Amino acid sequence: MPRIVVAVKPVPRAATPARFDPGSLRLDRTGPSELNQPDEHAIEEALLLRDKVGGEIVAIAVTPTTGIESLRTALAMGVDRAVAVSDPVLEGSDLLATSRVLAAAVMRESPDVVIFGSQATDGAGAMLWAAVAERLEMPVLSSARNLELVQGRLRAIVQRADGSRVVDAPTPCIVALSGAVNSPRYPAFKGIVAAKKQQIPVLTAADLAIGPDAVGAAGSGTAVLSLTSAPARAVVAELVTDEGQGAEWLYNFIRKRVAL
Amino acid sequence: MNTVVFIEIRAGEPTPGSLGLIAKARQLAPSVAAVVCGPGAETVAAGLGAYGVATAWACSDERLNGDLTQPFLDALAHVVRSAGDDALVLFENSALTADVAGGLAARLEAGINWDLQDVYLREGGLQGRRFALNDSMAVDVAWTTPVRLAVFRIGLLEPVDDPVVGSVSAFAPSFSTYGLSVAVVERLAGAESGAELRTAQVIVAAGRGIKDQASLSLIEELAEALGGAVGVSLPIVDRGWYPAGSQVGQTGTIVKPRLYVACGISGALQHRVGMDRSEVIVAINTDPDAPIFSLCDAGVIGDLHTVVPELTRLVRAGRAT
Ligand SMILES: Cc1cc2nc3c(=O)[nH]c(=O)nc-3n(C[C@H](O)[C@H](O)[C@H](O)COP(=O)(O)OP(=O)(O)OC[C@H]3O[C@@H](n4cnc5c(N)ncnc54)[C@H](O)[C@@H]3O)c2cc1C
Ligand SMILES: Nc1ncnc2c1ncn2[C@@H]1O[C@H](COP(=O)(O)O)[C@@H](O)[C@H]1O
Repeated sequence: MPRIVVAVKPVPRAATPARFDPGSLRLDRTGPSELNQPDEHAIEEALLLRDKVGGEIVAIAVTPTTGIESLRTALAMGVDRAVAVSDPVLEGSDLLATSRVLAAAVMRESPDVVIFGSQATDGAGAMLWAAVAERLEMPVLSSARNLELVQGRLRAIVQRADGSRVVDAPTPCIVALSGAVNSPRYPAFKGIVAAKKQQIPVLTAADLAIGPDAVGAAGSGTAVLSLTSAPARAVVAELVTDEGQGAEWLYNFIRKRVAL
Repeated sequence: MNTVVFIEIRAGEPTPGSLGLIAKARQLAPSVAAVVCGPGAETVAAGLGAYGVATAWACSDERLNGDLTQPFLDALAHVVRSAGDDALVLFENSALTADVAGGLAARLEAGINWDLQDVYLREGGLQGRRFALNDSMAVDVAWTTPVRLAVFRIGLLEPVDDPVVGSVSAFAPSFSTYGLSVAVVERLAGAESGAELRTAQVIVAAGRGIKDQASLSLIEELAEALGGAVGVSLPIVDRGWYPAGSQVGQTGTIVKPRLYVACGISGALQHRVGMDRSEVIVAINTDPDAPIFSLCDAGVIGDLHTVVPELTRLVRAGRAT
């Protein structure tokens, strides 16, 4: 039975405007959070695999305590277990430090497949999977869709710059999805109720045998020096609301501006 | 400081943005090294002196043909390790470099900053600048590790002629077994090159706002009426509705037509970087708060399924008179 780990990130809730904390120069994560939307597709892809071949799905998040509750969304969708890694020493971790922690948390589960979303919507670089794959010395399939598990190997379509390919990887392996490659299921009422009661174990860096020097600002390779408002764009768009005249207005604009 | 530039090859040619990194590296240190990987690498490497590269490292191993990303990491690590302890490695962002740079950061324990607009020396140290929160904030960043990785936003940098006497060094890295363990079963057919988009004067592009695959004919008809090409956002490719060769953006094609018509496209960063240097941008979107409206020249807040066919009719009528 395969074990599938899904890496999920709690992010500040989209409805609340994102802001930086002027003290730490980092994104303010004290408000309500939700699951990073691309990661719902990662969960769905794991559920689709389990529907076909069985197995167990574990969602893992490295998150401040404020994000732990959003793991219930993963449980309600049908993930078997959720694990949070949350520890004040992790604050200020960049890609180097976060990948160290996530790699250790993933390894604890001895997964066959690890699925990542396409990117974190709160401004991260869409490359964490590559760092985790390198730390775990696993093959990586990025920009992937149409995952299948066939006789212990993972098959997927990956998009590369010059076209798509069907590829086949041994397990364990790391997969990063191309994006909205499926339609995440809505949690059933029963799932929501069960998710509320489920325990979400919280691990510290020490539980993963990671020392304080390897995480947070000390374990990071980058630093934020300052934040300023960016200059506003010089051109302000002309906008109209379509009430039947929109196409003609746009046509006239195009005719005026572009010699067709 | 030793600077190493990663030159990406597409269809046998170095990408313009990766060539543009060379001029950026020359501002920091006069002697620049470059890494070129894949079939034809030596030919591309031999041409890099014209842009200011002193030493071009070339590896034309067939395993660097672009099917897999991890062998590029092995190749780059080989060169960067020999470049000394204080190397700065510059990349232009792309689907390939995201995997390579992210992996390299972990292998070399090198700090990585991405989406950079610029890097420069200030107060004796290297700093960089990027934008955040939908480009409303500028963030100044630094590195705290000896080896530093800098990933630039795609589409910002242009090649600069700056001839020096350059040399080419062929090298043969050892590849990690896990990176090579992925097998290619099949290459999928489809016009995947993006060549048509790169030269198009007009592009009409469809995004997730389009209600079904059949409605893409509305986009095709407008493109035809305007004498242009069809572009799409990534979700349309993910659905299998259009080939990847028509995708505009960071992992698709970077375009600069005279007119870009964005239909049902929100204007997410990875799409924007592929089209924001078009001469004139117009957008049709039902959401008045869509980010595309803060980047276009003119926009209609409305349903593309009614606005686009009417626009096509007007363009055709205009043509006829
Ligand atoms: C590493 C990475 C690389 C990526 N590379 C690319 C890339 O190369 N190219 C790319 O495009 N994306 C890329 N993406 C994805 C990108 O982040 C966005 O998800 C994508 O561009 C969104 O596409 P969209 O605008 O079509 O869809 P959405 O963001 O869903 O926007 C759809 C828009 O349509 C509007 N709409 C809905 N109905 C209608 C209607 N009836 N009429 C008019 N408007 C309507 C909505 O208001 C909305 O603004 C990449 C992502 C990652 C992580
Ligand atoms: N803190 C985190 N904990 C768990 N998974 C994460 C975390 N951050 C990012 N991820 C995963 O990595 C993917 C890419 O994120 P990023 O590289 O940060 O854009 C996301 O879609 C998640 O699957």
